[in-house]
Amino acid sequence: MSTATITAGAAAISTRGVTRDFQAGQQTITVLHGIDLDIRAGEMTYLVGESGSGKTTLISIMCGILWPTQGEVKVFGTDIYKLGDTELVDFRLQNIGFIFQQYNLIPSIDAASNAAVPLIARGMNRAEAREKAVVMLGKLNIADQADKLPSQLSGGQQQRVAIARALVHEPRLVVCDEPTAALDASSGRRVMDLLRNVAVAADRSVIIVTHDNRIFDLADRILVLEDGRITHDGKTMPEDH
Amino acid sequence: MLWIAIRMLTGDRTKFYGLVFGIAFSTLLITQQLTIFVNLIERGSSGVYNVPTADIWVMDKVSRTTEVNYPMPSTALDQVRSVPGVAWAVPHLRAGASVRTETGDLEGVSVIGVDDATFIGLPQRMIEGNANVLTMPDTVIIDDVGVTNMFEPGEDPVGTRLELNDQRAVIRGVADAIPDFGSQVTLYTRYSQALNYVPGTRNRMSFVLVGASEGVPVQEVVKAIEENTGLRARTRDQFARDGVDFIINNSGIPLNFGITVALGFVVGVAIVGLTFSLFIRDNIRQFGALKAIGVTNRKITRMVAAQAALVGFIGYGLGILGTVGFIWAFSAEPTFKGFYIPWQVPLLSLLAVVIMLVLTGWLSLRSVLNTEPAAVFR
Repeated sequence: MSTATITAGAAAISTRGVTRDFQAGQQTITVLHGIDLDIRAGEMTYLVGESGSGKTTLISIMCGILWPTQGEVKVFGTDIYKLGDTELVDFRLQNIGFIFQQYNLIPSIDAASNAAVPLIARGMNRAEAREKAVVMLGKLNIADQADKLPSQLSGGQQQRVAIARALVHEPRLVVCDEPTAALDASSGRRVMDLLRNVAVAADRSVIIVTHDNRIFDLADRILVLEDGRITHDGKTMPEDH
Repeated sequence: MLWIAIRMLTGDRTKFYGLVFGIAFSTLLITQQLTIFVNLIERGSSGVYNVPTADIWVMDKVSRTTEVNYPMPSTALDQVRSVPGVAWAVPHLRAGASVRTETGDLEGVSVIGVDDATFIGLPQRMIEGNANVLTMPDTVIIDDVGVTNMFEPGEDPVGTRLELNDQRAVIRGVADAIPDFGSQVTLYTRYSQALNYVPGTRNRMSFVLVGASEGVPVQEVVKAIEENTGLRARTRDQFARDGVDFIINNSGIPLNFGITVALGFVVGVAIVGLTFSLFIRDNIRQFGALKAIGVTNRKITRMVAAQAALVGFIGYGLGILGTVGFIWAFSAEPTFKGFYIPWQVPLLSLLAVVIMLVLTGWLSLRSVLNTEPAAVFR
């Protein structure tokens, strides 16, 4: 899947008029109200909001796993919802890395194999993929845990494996859902530092969904979502939050 | 991705073993029951295949099988011998009798009278003694199932005197015979001797066994016998089939075995379906994550298919091995003598396993395919 070359400061993701409705019985609930947004490359952008504000819906739409009811989403210049189903799946595989709140590691394969999943899914030989995954685990300082099963790792180590899995195939967009929710303050900051060092680059972008105020100072940009609308866009959190 | 799928499954040992057990149990039940069923109903043809030299069996029009027969007058033998295409024809008697052993036990037996001159009607292989012992007075040859039923292990039956329908009989040989449907003791004796053993009625000849002349098609001789004598004539294979059909049509065996086989399938579907869906449900977030990362539904389908194929392969193999072990372990029992697994039976079991896995796999897979990748963010 070819995408346009993006440089720092240019829009990595661009949404125009994104609306999303959900059906609750007879009732239609609008979760997002015409979101117009540009996420810039080379930045770590936080998406902040209360539960039910629509941030999960927005991030899901931005990374191509949830169709908007209306609107257009361009990721690195590609209008992703104009792609066919298989093309969209392939687009995600080539361009997006995911870090889930609950990690969702496969319990029966070791850390390196878990981190290698996107490469294996791309068709890379398992041994080669594992080798690359071990290198990535090394960057996250847990290469020595490569042969361990997720159940043998601490929460923080599992988090790093999940980060390695999100970064191993060098995606241009990394999407993190509450990456520090299960970590103490210092571990949380370490993880964010790691993410910044490994994932943020001139032609890449990182979006983090969080409401962890302990890490707000590490953001390049903070977007606040309330009732499906962007109510704040700045370097810091607004004072009333 | 298939490797990951296999590891996902084998990593959850409880469910993996549960699935393998479900398939193995189901395969064992289906294969073992079908094997017993096929072998049992084939016993309906044992009387025919114990006399391989006879090309044609001639009988009264109402006779149906070797066991369900109506005696004919002895003149029928001459009638048959006079039919063109008949090379030879010999009398054959089959009747029930009671035996009192030396120790005073009572046993119901089948008495088979074979041709006095040629011994046609006697199984070809002898375990002890030979056919010529029949020339001695009061001689009977017992079949090997009879030895197992009437004698202690290691006891030599040869020389044993019996009271057969109030007459003296001496066992002087053991024949290697295919047991009949009820695994009843069978005593072979000369036709003339059998007439003495079996209570008298005017007509006592059960069958005329016929050899077709060389170069004459058997079917033509059958037709000629029926046209010329008014009797019923069947080729060896036709009459063997009649015996099998009689059991199928006149006993509850097909229904009983059919119910057990169906239960095996249903139990298999229940165990496998439940365990498989539990496995999928437990891993639904992992599957969702894979979908979000960029694994297509086609690849997910292949992953689930690989998991189903693995448990199917192992479970089916264990089930077949179990059946082979069962048949082997009981091969010494008279009831199971000569039992074999017809090649169609494992094939049918395989088909049942495939249907089971496709059905349960598809039901489980639906939940994965219907899972929105976005669900992993919730």
